[in-house]
Amino acid sequence: MNLRARLLIFVPYAWLLVFFLVPFGIVLKISLSDIALAIPPYVPTMKDGFWTMIRGLDLENYAFIGAGAVFASFTLLVLAIAMFQILYPRVRRALIPDARYGIFDSAAVALTALAVVVVNIAVLVAVLSFLFPVLSDFVDIPDFLYFAAYLSSLKIALISTLLTLLIGYPIAYGMARSAEHWRPTLLMLVILPFWTSFLIRVYAWMGILSTEGYLNQLLINIGVISDPLVILNTNIAVYIGIVYTYLPFMVLPIYASLDKMDDSLVEAAEDLGCTALSAFWLVTAPLSKPGVIAGCFLVFIPTLGEFVIPSLLGGSNTLMIGKVLWEEFFNNRDWPVASAVAVILLFILIVPIVAFQRNQEGGER
Amino acid sequence: MAQPKPDAIFAPWDDPAATPLIQFKNVTKRFGDFTAIDNLTLDIYAQEFFALLGPSGCGKTTLMRMLGGFETPTTGQIFLDGVDIGPVPPNERPVNMMFQSYALFPHLTVWDNIAFGLKRSDMHKDEIGDRVEKMLKLTQLEKFAKRKPHQISGGQRQRVALARSLAKAPKLLLLDEPLGALDKKLRHETQFELMDIQETIGTTFVIVTHDQEEAMTVASRVAVMVDGTLSQVATPDQIYEAPNSTYVADFIGDVNLIEGTVDVPEKNAASDAVSIRWSATEPAIKATSDLTFGAAATVHFAIRPEKVSISTEAPEADNVMSGKILDIAYLGNISTYHVEVAPGLIIKAQATNVRRVSRRNLTWEDHVYLSWTDTAGVVLMT
Repeated sequence: MNLRARLLIFVPYAWLLVFFLVPFGIVLKISLSDIALAIPPYVPTMKDGFWTMIRGLDLENYAFIGAGAVFASFTLLVLAIAMFQILYPRVRRALIPDARYGIFDSAAVALTALAVVVVNIAVLVAVLSFLFPVLSDFVDIPDFLYFAAYLSSLKIALISTLLTLLIGYPIAYGMARSAEHWRPTLLMLVILPFWTSFLIRVYAWMGILSTEGYLNQLLINIGVISDPLVILNTNIAVYIGIVYTYLPFMVLPIYASLDKMDDSLVEAAEDLGCTALSAFWLVTAPLSKPGVIAGCFLVFIPTLGEFVIPSLLGGSNTLMIGKVLWEEFFNNRDWPVASAVAVILLFILIVPIVAFQRNQEGGER
Repeated sequence: MAQPKPDAIFAPWDDPAATPLIQFKNVTKRFGDFTAIDNLTLDIYAQEFFALLGPSGCGKTTLMRMLGGFETPTTGQIFLDGVDIGPVPPNERPVNMMFQSYALFPHLTVWDNIAFGLKRSDMHKDEIGDRVEKMLKLTQLEKFAKRKPHQISGGQRQRVALARSLAKAPKLLLLDEPLGALDKKLRHETQFELMDIQETIGTTFVIVTHDQEEAMTVASRVAVMVDGTLSQVATPDQIYEAPNSTYVADFIGDVNLIEGTVDVPEKNAASDAVSIRWSATEPAIKATSDLTFGAAATVHFAIRPEKVSISTEAPEADNVMSGKILDIAYLGNISTYHVEVAPGLIIKAQATNVRRVSRRNLTWEDHVYLSWTDTAGVVLMT
C-alpha cells in the first residue's frame, strides 16, 4: 500500500478514533469509577494524578448491575447458536439423506438439533457450576432492575421488529408490484415522514393515542366502544411508536430487493405449476430474504437502545434499557452505573451489528 | 410453386383430415385502446415447430403469452387439444414456456431449477430424480447440476431454461426469443440443437422471434405477423419463394420490388403468363402467376437478387435489362450489385464470387445486363 492510499484511509480511521473510541474510552473509565458528591459526580479523576486514578478503578458497578449474568447468558446464547449452526446440517444429512426435502422435514430437523443444543448447554452449565462454585458469585445479580431491563428491551425490540416486518413487507411488495410510474411517488411517501422532526411525530402520536385523543374520540363517535381505551403510557403505545418510526427502515431494503427481482420469475413459477401463493413462498420470499434480513437489523439495532419512544409513549412499567440509562444519568446522577449500563448495551449490540455486516457482505457477493 | 412432395414429408397442414393441436378462433386482444391481436384465426398441428415472426410490437409475444395463460383473449377462443383453455390458469395448462430472460431461479441450483416443475406435480421423488437426470443428459448439463445459474455461461443457462421447460413433458412448448441473448455463432449451433431436441422428443414447439433467419432455420412453418394480424402462414420456402404480399416479401430477406401495370395479354400467350409494364419506354417484364389480373391493374413484381443474373454481354433470356453498376457490396462468398436500370430504379443482383476479387471483371460504372427467367419472380397484388 502506498503512502497516498494510507493517507486516504487515515481520514476515516482518525474520525472513528476521535468521535467513537475516545468518547467510548471516557464512558468506560467512568463506568469503572465510583459515585461521589462532586463535580463531576465520580471519583477518581485526573486531578488525583493518572496512576492514582487507574488504581482507583474497579468493576463494582458491573457487579451491581449484574453484568456477569448478562455476560454468562450471552455466552451461552452465542454458544447455543454456534452449536446449532454446526449440528443442523449434520442432523439434516443424517435424517434426510437426499437433497430433496419439504418444509416439515426441515422443521423436524431444526427441532431435533435444537433439543440436542439445549441438552448440551444444560449439561455444560451443570458441570461448570459443580466444578467452579465461585461462578455463582459471578452471575449473581444484586439489583435485578438492569437485567430485567435488558431482557425487556430485547423482547420489545424482537416483537416490534416482527411487527414492522409484518406491516412493512406487504407495503414493500405492493410498491414493487405497482405500475412503474407510481413507484417514485410511493417511495417519496415512505421517505416523507423524515422531513419533519422525529420528536414531533412521536408527540403527534400522544395526541392520537391519549384517552381524550383522536383515536378514542373516533371510536366512541362511531360507537365501537363506550369507554376510552387506555393505550398511551402502555407497552402497546411503545410498539405503535416503534413500528411507525422504523417502518421506512424495513420497507426500503425489502422494496430494493423486490424491485430488482425479474417479474418473469414469478410467471415462470406459475408456468411450472405453482399457485400464486406457492410462487410467492418458493420464489419471491427467498429472493427478498437479504432485504428482509437487512430491514430487520436496521429496525432491531436502534430499537434495542431506544429511549425517546418508551419515555414519551411508554408508561411507568415500560422497562427499556435506554430509559433506565437516562434515569440513571439524570435522575439518580449515578454516572458510573449509567456508564456501565451503556457499555454492556454496546456489548450486546456488537453481535447483531456484526451479523448485519456479514449479511451485507454476503448480499454483495 | 407446387412441388412434388415425397411421401414421408411432415405436412399435416395440407391434410384436411388432420386435427390441429392448437386452434385460435377469431381471437382479439385489446390493451385499453390498443389492439394487440386483431381477429386472428390460426391452426397449429402436433409436433410442429411453429415460428411466429414479426417486428417488435406486432403482437407475437402477446399471442404466445395467451397460449401460456398469462393473458386472456378479449374475444374469441383458444383450443388446446379440443379444450377451450381461456379460463385455465397457467399452472394448470399442459403448456410450458421458456422465457426470453430464461427466468432461472437464482437461489436454486441447476438441478433444483429443472426439478422445480416436477416437484409441484404429484410425481414420486425417485421419478423426479430420474427425470431430471434425463433432462440434464438431453441438454448436456450433467457437469453443472450443482451450480447456481450465475455460475454458468449464457449458453448453458439457455439450456437449463430449455431443460426446465421440457421436464414436465408439456404438450406444447413456448419459446420466447430463446436465443436472443446468445452471440451469433452460439445462436447458430443452438438452433440446430433445438431442432435435434424437438425431433427427439416430438413435442410441439412454438417459437417467437424477430430474427427471420432463425425462423427459417428451425421452423416447419412460419407465421409472419404485422399489426396483430397474420400476413402469411406457410413453410419457410413458400414464405421466401412465394410471398403473398410486398410486406412479407420485403420482411423476409432481400427483394427487388418493381411497381407496374398489367398489360393486355397477347393472343397466343400461355394462360399463366403476365406481362407487367413498368416504364413507358422499356419492354414489359414477362412473368407467370397463378392469379388472374384485370387489365391495367397495378401490381408489384418481386424478385430476389440471387435470381437475377448479371453479365457484360446481352444474354438470351425472357427478361433482359441493361444498366450501370452504382454500388457493389462485397460479402465474401457473394457480392450484391446495385444496378440502375432506369432513372430512379435500382435493381439488386447477387452473384457468387467463384473467382477472387482481383479477377472480377465487373466494377463501378460498368455497363451491364441483368436477366431472369419468366418464373423467377412473383407478381403481388398488394
